[in-house]
Amino acid sequence: MAGKNWMPRWFYQLASPRWCYQITGKLLPGFVVATLLLITIGTVWGLAFAPQDYQQGNSFRIIYLHVPAAYMAQSIYMTMALAGAIGLIWKMKVADMVAKSCAPIGASLAVLALATGAIWGKPTWGSYWVWDARLTSMLILLFLYLGIIALNSAIESESTAAQSTAVLALVGLVNIPIIKYSVDWWNTLHQPATFKITERPAMPPDMWIPLLILVIGFYCFFAVTLMMRLRNEIIRRERRAGWVRELLMQQRG
Amino acid sequence: MSFDSFSDFLAMGGHALYVWSCFALGLIVLLGNVVAPMIERKKIIAEQLRRIRREEAQS
Repeated sequence: MAGKNWMPRWFYQLASPRWCYQITGKLLPGFVVATLLLITIGTVWGLAFAPQDYQQGNSFRIIYLHVPAAYMAQSIYMTMALAGAIGLIWKMKVADMVAKSCAPIGASLAVLALATGAIWGKPTWGSYWVWDARLTSMLILLFLYLGIIALNSAIESESTAAQSTAVLALVGLVNIPIIKYSVDWWNTLHQPATFKITERPAMPPDMWIPLLILVIGFYCFFAVTLMMRLRNEIIRRERRAGWVRELLMQQRG
Repeated sequence: MSFDSFSDFLAMGGHALYVWSCFALGLIVLLGNVVAPMIERKKIIAEQLRRIRREEAQS
């Protein structure tokens, strides 16, 4: 077939569960160290050293957890939808496994973003919950995650389950720009984005640098927990393969 | 340091309940996301080893 080599070699290697298992095994320790360092430094800096907000006092420190959690809930959703699409188009088993592994992580971070937002809302807005565009679209994101998890576990055949959840994830992708632009399109209580590509943050550096560190730390954390789940999924699905059998025998010692 | 003392830091200017409940929740979610796949891994490996032993016993 013409144009056979237009995809790079690593793309095909990614399709091999064995290669994925090995490469994630090598990458994991580095990501664990980076996650621990970044999250520790960011949290200590944000909680103890960043100056307090002149309006919100110290309750503003919730931002250091709320914003990274909310970013991740959306990034993980996009990762899941992308992996699902790759699985649909190239019938790549590893991509299906990535998509499946993303869902519980993303759901837990959506819960964290909503819960920290609610707790932060009480001293700031005087209410735990308002039916505001940003909050509602974030709640829909959580329901999408829960729907995807439920659909995946309801279908017996692994490949049919992966296909249907990928379609659902792709349809739900429309919610992501709605979350992003909800603060611009509708009148909302929620404040606009902290980081913009085109402008400098409105906060002093002592406030936004720890936040940026935590956002990067949360991305590393996602990489760690995704790789852990993916490796489990590879062992479970490839249990009949010779190399997995060898791996298991080594575990037996 | 933006606090005068450690008790000041714990008090969070009167917002202790809000700030600390958020960070406690965050810790639970992060740890849960690491512990869950670790338990899962042990379970899968034990299951597969049982299956291999069963198959070896049959043959």
